[in-house]
Parts: sequence; structure tokens; C-alpha cells
Amino acid sequence: MDKTEWKILKEIAELEKTPQGAYNFRVNGALDDRKVTANIDIRSKEDGKPGIDIIVKPGTKKESVHIPVVLSMSGLTDVVYNDFYIGEGADVDIVAGCGIHNTGCETSQHDGIHVFHIGKNAKVRYVERHYGEGPGTGENILNPRTEVYLEEGASITMEMTQIKGVDSTIRDTVVEVGPGGECVINEKLLTDGKQRAESNMEIILKGDDATGRVVSRSVAKGDSIQVFRPCVTGQAKCFGHVQCDSIIMDEAKIKSIPAIDAQDLDAQLIHEAAIGRIAGDQILKLMTLGLTEEEAEEKILEGFLN
Amino acid sequence: MLEISHLRYDVPAEDGGELGILRDVSLTVDDGKLVVITGPNGGGKTTLAKTIMGLNQPTGGSIRWNGRDITGLSITDRARAGVSYGFQQPPRFKGMRVRDLIALAAGKEDLTPGEGCQYLTQVGLCADDYIEREVDASLSGGEVKRIEIATILARKAGLMIFDEPEAGIDLWSFAKLTETFERIHRQGDSTLLIISHQERIIQLADEIVVIEKGEVAKHGPKEEIFPQIMARTLPGCGYMKEA
Repeated sequence: MDKTEWKILKEIAELEKTPQGAYNFRVNGALDDRKVTANIDIRSKEDGKPGIDIIVKPGTKKESVHIPVVLSMSGLTDVVYNDFYIGEGADVDIVAGCGIHNTGCETSQHDGIHVFHIGKNAKVRYVERHYGEGPGTGENILNPRTEVYLEEGASITMEMTQIKGVDSTIRDTVVEVGPGGECVINEKLLTDGKQRAESNMEIILKGDDATGRVVSRSVAKGDSIQVFRPCVTGQAKCFGHVQCDSIIMDEAKIKSIPAIDAQDLDAQLIHEAAIGRIAGDQILKLMTLGLTEEEAEEKILEGFLN
Repeated sequence: MLEISHLRYDVPAEDGGELGILRDVSLTVDDGKLVVITGPNGGGKTTLAKTIMGLNQPTGGSIRWNGRDITGLSITDRARAGVSYGFQQPPRFKGMRVRDLIALAAGKEDLTPGEGCQYLTQVGLCADDYIEREVDASLSGGEVKRIEIATILARKAGLMIFDEPEAGIDLWSFAKLTETFERIHRQGDSTLLIISHQERIIQLADEIVVIEKGEVAKHGPKEEIFPQIMARTLPGCGYMKEA
């Protein structure tokens, strides 16, 4: 990997050198580097599809897998299928993410399709960052699809962040939560200029005592457009909470359509959604601390999306 | 030294004319003094404080701070010149932690939790419980108010203006707060302007200013003004009869 690619890797995975534990670096549509551990295996798919299988042995504790994707060639469309098999009782961190450095005028696109099979009582923290940059006029497009199947007592916390430079994104997330399972999704999104972002989420609480929580925070600047459709369905004695909170600026447009769908008498579901501009007194307060109006705005957004 | 001269602040009135919120306010406050501004609700106290900070643009008159005319300066430039103001109803910030806000106030990005905690303790907040919390709707009004005062302490500006610092604060924190005002005053590095109706705070004052109907109704040493205020409040209400 060259300097530009390492820089992108730092943005999406906070990596400055090869990480501890297992990893798989994919650069410009091909495998760049891979390491497996005694408990975590990574295999290229054998059916000809691009992508990898990540297999975590039951009972694996405190290990991590990094699977970043970097696109530095303009005009590349990269579709990848990654399947995760997390064994019973395992406890792992998975860091994914895609960064595009586009120097040309052609569209660079990465569509990552991730499927998680999370075994009984296993615990996963999943971090996914999306980032785009480059002096080119070509569009950076990221369309991730994430499916999660949680068995009894299994849990996942997903941090999904898209902060900069992605021109168009359609993100689909589907999670099925088994009995006693828990799914927490923290989504953060910032769009600017002519960017478009659409996030669809479907969390199905299938078993008794399943919980699902979605916290989505976004900022739309410039002429950008955002659409959110998070839906929580309760099919058992379960608890679900969706919270969407957006700051709107300039000429941007935001549509937030949270939904809750109860199919069981004991399903307890809540949704909240709010869209509003930065409050004037917030800016004034920070100006009285010596910040300029621009600095104040930046700090408020930074806190909101922290 | 703070020198306010013939300050006016008018807003358009319903009848198409002008309504004077501040009508010719002149006031001089010497360095290191603790001055309490008091007076009836709606008299113009908060407007005066906000106008000093630059949150309102006056329609006439001038404000000088340390010999420099700051009347035309922006809020940011006044803040940098050493003026600070604690809001009566401080805003909340989703996602911003207490330590972030105090770090901004102190002008030190790398403020240690220890330094941050020191300011919280001075307003009666148990620092460990608060320093990592977000300044959002999960905090009560009294908590947000005390954090607001902590930001002013962290700024260490030459002029500290507090707008009803006692409002919404419990008795124990209030005692801590008056101690803090007393200590800042004793150290003498800052001039304190406190809008208050609390006798305990009025008792700390070197001077008292009574603002009424947009004007300075009284201004003098505490010993002279305080007995006058007390005398006026007692028989002030015609409905009040002795039992």
C-alpha cells in the first residue's frame, strides 16, 4: 500500500500500521494483505464471488478483526460479499469500513454486502466508517448492505459512521434478534454539497426479551439530501426504541420516517424523531467564550456527531 | 474599568413608536469591584448585561472597557477583550460533554479532567459525576446553571457578569457559590457584576446599583443603598397588613 492508501486507512480504521489480531486488507478490488489467528480464520470465497468468510471459533474472547477496503483507482466498481460466522459465546471487535480516494472523473463505487451469523450468547462490536476524498470530479458511491442474525442471548453493537466525501449512499441494514438478544445501532451521518444519503433499517425483534435500540444522528449541509427509514418490528415480548435526531443547514433537505410495528401484545416500542437547525443561543453562548460564529458552529456539530 | 455612558436600547413599540428598554444608563465600575445590580423584574437588568456582552446592539451611548471603546465590537471580540457573561437561561448542547464546554471556556483544548473538576467543585457540583456527562436535556435546570457558572470561572476574564446566578440552585450549592464569589473578589483579578435579588449576594457587594424602568435609580456603596432597598420592600405593598 502507498502513502495515500495508508492515509485513507487511518481515516476509516484509525490504523497507522498493521493491527493486532486478524485482518484482511482489500485494495482496489483485490486482496492486499491478510493475517489469521488461532481463533479467527479468514478465507476467500470458493464459489467465485468476490469476498471472504470470517470464522470466529466459539468462546474466542477479546480478539479483533480488521477488514478495511480502500479504493484509490478512479472508475472502479467493487462489489464484495463478506460472511461472518461468530461462534457461541465469542466476544470480538470487528472493524470494517471503506475509503475512496478518487483522483479521476469517473465514478468509484464500493458495495459491501455483510452477513453476520452470531451464535448463542456471543457478543460483537462492529465499527464501520465510510469516507471519501480526492481532487477528482468522479463521484464516490457506497451502497452497503448489512444483515445480522442474532441467536439466543447474542448481541451486537454497531457504530456506523459516514462523515465525509461520499457523494451517494444507500445503506440497508436488516437485523433479526433472537430471544434475549440485543441490537444497538449508532448511526452518524454528515452530508454536504450535492450529496445524497439514504438509510433503511429493519430491526425485527423475534424472541422474548429481545431488545433493539437505534440512535441516528445526522447533519445535512449545502444542497444535500438525507432520507431515514428505521423500522422496529416486535414479534414477541420485547423492547424497541428508535431515535432520529438531525440538524438541518443551508438548503439541505432531510426526511425522517421512523416506524414501529407491533405484532405481539407484549411488544413495547417507542420512536422519536426531531429535525431542527442549530439553536441561536448555542452559537451565541460559544461566541461569548471567544469563538467566532464559524468556530462555534463547528464545535456544535462536532459534539452532536461525536 | 468599565464605563457605560448614556446607553440606550430601544425596540419598536406596538403603537409604531419606540419602547426604551434602556433609557440613558450611565455607570462606572472600578477594577476589582464586586457590584450587585438589582431592581424590579422587567427593569432592564438583563438587557444591560447582554448589551455589555454584545448580545444586544445598543441604539445609543457607549461602553468602554479598560479604556477601549467596545461598543462596536462583535461578541467574539468582546470575549477576547476580557468580557464574560453567564446566561440566565443557559442553552444545552447535545453530544457536548461538560469537560468539552469547560475546555472551550478555558481556551485549552487539552484541559485535564482534574482542572475541569476544580471549576465544578467551586459551583457545588461533585465533579466526578458530571465531567463526562453531556450538557443535554438529561441535566436539570439547576445543574445546567451551575455548569454555566463554571464556564465563566474557567474563562477567568477581567469582567465577569453573572445573571441571577442563584436562580434554580439549591441551598448547599448556593452557599458554595457565594464563597466562590467572595474568593474571586478577594483575589482582585476580576471585576464582578452580579444581577441578583438574593440578600446573601447583595451582602457581598462593594456597591449596589438599582435599575428601574431602564434607568439607574440608585448607585452607591452597599452600606448606603442596602438599607434603602430594605426600607422600600417592607411597606411596599398596599395589600399587606400586619396580623
